[in-house]
Amino acid sequence: MSSDGPQVSEVLLKVDDIHMTFGGVKALQGVALEVRRGEIFSVIGPNGAGKTVLLNCINGLYRPQRGRITFAGRDLARLRPHQRARLGIARTFQKIELFRGMTVLDNIRLGRHIHMRSGLLSGALYLGRAAREEVEHREFIERDIIDLLEIAHIRDRVVGMLAYGLQKRVELARALALNPSLILLDEPMAGLNLEEVEDMARFILAINEEPRWQVSCILVEHDMGVVMDISRRLAVLNFGEKIADGTPAEVQANPQVVQAYLGEAEALYATRR
Amino acid sequence: MPHGASLRPPPLAVTPDLTIPKLFLITARHYGDAKVAMREKEYGVWRPITWREYLEQVRDVTLGLLSLGLARGDKVALIGHNRPEMLWAEMATLCLGGVAVWLYQDGLIDEVQYIVHHSDARILVGEGQEEVDKALAIRDTCPALERVLWDDPKGMRGYDDPLLLSLADVRARGRERLAREPDRFDRLVAEGRGDEVCLLLYTSGTSAQPKGALLTHTNLLKMGQAMMAVDPCGPEDDFVSFLPFAWIGEQMMSMSCGLMAGFTLNFPEEPETVQRDIREIAPQVVFSPPRIYEQMVRNVQVKVLDAPPLKRRAHMWALGVGQRVADRQFSKRPVPPALRVARRVADWLVLRKLRDHMGMSRIRDAYTGGAALGPDHLRFFHAVGVNLKQIYGQTEIAGISVLHRDGNVKFDTVGFPLPETEVKIAPDGEILSRSPCVFKGYYKMPEETAQTLKDGWLHSGDIGFLDDDGHLVVFDRRKDVMVLADGSRFSPAYLETRLKYSPYIKDAWVLGHGRSAVTAAVCIDAGVVGKWAEDQHIPYTSYAELSQKPEVGALVAEAVAHVNRALPAAARIHRFVNLHKEFDADDDELTRTRKLRRAFLEERYREVVEGLYGGAEVIHLKTTITYEDGRVAHSAVDLRVITVAEEGPGPRAEAAPALAAGGKKGRG
Repeated sequence: MSSDGPQVSEVLLKVDDIHMTFGGVKALQGVALEVRRGEIFSVIGPNGAGKTVLLNCINGLYRPQRGRITFAGRDLARLRPHQRARLGIARTFQKIELFRGMTVLDNIRLGRHIHMRSGLLSGALYLGRAAREEVEHREFIERDIIDLLEIAHIRDRVVGMLAYGLQKRVELARALALNPSLILLDEPMAGLNLEEVEDMARFILAINEEPRWQVSCILVEHDMGVVMDISRRLAVLNFGEKIADGTPAEVQANPQVVQAYLGEAEALYATRR
Repeated sequence: MPHGASLRPPPLAVTPDLTIPKLFLITARHYGDAKVAMREKEYGVWRPITWREYLEQVRDVTLGLLSLGLARGDKVALIGHNRPEMLWAEMATLCLGGVAVWLYQDGLIDEVQYIVHHSDARILVGEGQEEVDKALAIRDTCPALERVLWDDPKGMRGYDDPLLLSLADVRARGRERLAREPDRFDRLVAEGRGDEVCLLLYTSGTSAQPKGALLTHTNLLKMGQAMMAVDPCGPEDDFVSFLPFAWIGEQMMSMSCGLMAGFTLNFPEEPETVQRDIREIAPQVVFSPPRIYEQMVRNVQVKVLDAPPLKRRAHMWALGVGQRVADRQFSKRPVPPALRVARRVADWLVLRKLRDHMGMSRIRDAYTGGAALGPDHLRFFHAVGVNLKQIYGQTEIAGISVLHRDGNVKFDTVGFPLPETEVKIAPDGEILSRSPCVFKGYYKMPEETAQTLKDGWLHSGDIGFLDDDGHLVVFDRRKDVMVLADGSRFSPAYLETRLKYSPYIKDAWVLGHGRSAVTAAVCIDAGVVGKWAEDQHIPYTSYAELSQKPEVGALVAEAVAHVNRALPAAARIHRFVNLHKEFDADDDELTRTRKLRRAFLEERYREVVEGLYGGAEVIHLKTTITYEDGRVAHSAVDLRVITVAEEGPGPRAEAAPALAAGGKKGRG
């Protein structure tokens, strides 16, 4: 699968020796990894290994006590989450974080907000430029997101009323509205049924491979079938430390990884939860 | 948006020389940019396509196909949803003198393989990735297949098989050809003759392998002309194209009648958005098989069950008034002034809103055909104020031979023959018809052709009679007619349609031929019964479990008893089971047009049949389920047999002869 993906070349995101502790809990201890432009990079590990903490450090919700994160050659340390978003880092959450009372379309539009240029006044009066901008954004949303993720039939529905699997899709749609170059996916398959998992995997491959998108992805996921299927490379965390990284085949053959998953050894090889 | 409604269609006569593409050229040049030919909802907005654009697209595809080496008489297989591009591909095939072979979009790989192979199709046009995958899977067993064209680029990255070519590339080749030979397209169209075959439609076949019916340009044009003579449509009308192109009814509307009347075709955004898109368009003309109308009625019934008491009472009252008026109109009795006033109030309060929700707020003519629609459903639509009429016909007669006329609808008949159509009843009761629309025969099946076509008369395989007013009454398929214990003949389809008027029953299969009593196997409607169970605080996890709940059994038993009350004693349903799954075309239980394949059901559910007649309380059933991707699962279930309570004597059998003939069955 990954072989026919886009060209993978320079390092897009570099995580260098980051440490993160909460009180006495060492959530991350000197984790380092490199994500290259155009790849799907997965982070796996047992519960509590620090996977979500890592994502939170990358998009700025947490500030690591030590270490450096650079994105497209730029140090992220001083940037707040919304500034990182403007640079092109989007994410979805393990627990869905959508505005439940708003429609699907409005939620996606909100993800687009960061790219709106018109000011409050021209927006309110809906003058020439503002109207034109609105139309352009709407076209982008319809053509490149709603059609791609197959959610045309629910665009006017209120998010809170939708099935869980569809809400997950809407969350991905909102992340795409940022027009990101890197997207952090925190357990996008959790709680989905078999068919929905297959759909979601298809969508992730699409945003990674479609010439229009070519988004790099960091995927945190427990569904080993999906991870091994669609990742180009992956890293394994255990108790805040990276114990292995490499291609899916290399990682599966690594004795330390099997050790970390001891008792869960089957989970690593099982195709489905 | 310029609709161009003021323009009239060009006058024309169906001569032996006229073909569909010739009519298309005349119509397209007549309207040009002044009128919208079709609209497609895309990215949330309706995108109009004028007749000039329609013509240019078809011209480019035609010349592109020519460059690919397609010749007159060659077959082109087409699979896809209702989209303008797919219709252009069909029209282009016809312009080139080719034959369009439509396949059902949801057909499994074996069905696709059978038809593509049997039809000798040289080119297959698929909508997108799914169809391309099917085509690639069957290429080795279809030696005639040379090219696979696709339209939707979604998911097509990474496909580089030399068999594949995008429609965009085909159009580009067509434009190159156009630059070299600007008059080639017109010459190609001019070469066509009316008696050439242009459509090869495979009938779904309730028992045997599909048979390919060969239809000519004249067949289709005459059908459109006759239809438009009875119920004229105009360029200002809208029609929504959402049913499979492989169904003759959709060809009838989108091709024949569409060209004849010049009405605007509207293509929905996605299969999931059809209902809303129809409501937005609010078409003047609709032609759908019964299942669409059954679903509409069920949607209304469910909403009513869910409504607050006041609304529910208003609905029941308004519907009651509507039904009283409809009954009087059916029996041609005058409507008293008081009732007329009540009907107005009912319309204002309830009925017009119902029509709006069903997408029928501007409806002038609604047609149903292709299978039996129950009298209760027909009555419902007339009560609501929808002019629903039955069409009777088969693919073999271009879809239509008999039709209800305005103001002369009877709920147990299908109306009168079309102009230039003769219908007679053979001594054994079979319905025979003859018209310029009768097909040429089945492709590569001379024996079947000879059985069906004798001296120009099409033998339908349906049993029926003409009533005192000259209306045709269709009893049932000849092989399906049941002889009951008391020797009377009865139509299982009729009983099934009556059962299906209950919102809780999605499908039913009635047995009783040559047996002691009538029994049935019922498929409950998962959505409606599931909602009902939730309201009653009845827990369940699956369809199979829900169907076997004693409360659900009682619920369905009540619905069956209700139907029994209107039936003569011999035809009453004594025992039934709720099946553990819905009937599905993928399991070969239904045809692609959702008709029961009875012979197969008898085979597959032999234990159920034995249980129903063996007096068992519980039927142990081992079963297999085929998933959409072809995987097969095995399971074992226990089905409870439910005996329906006996009630007093119903109407005597002699008193209700028409009852037995309520439905309409065709192979259309």
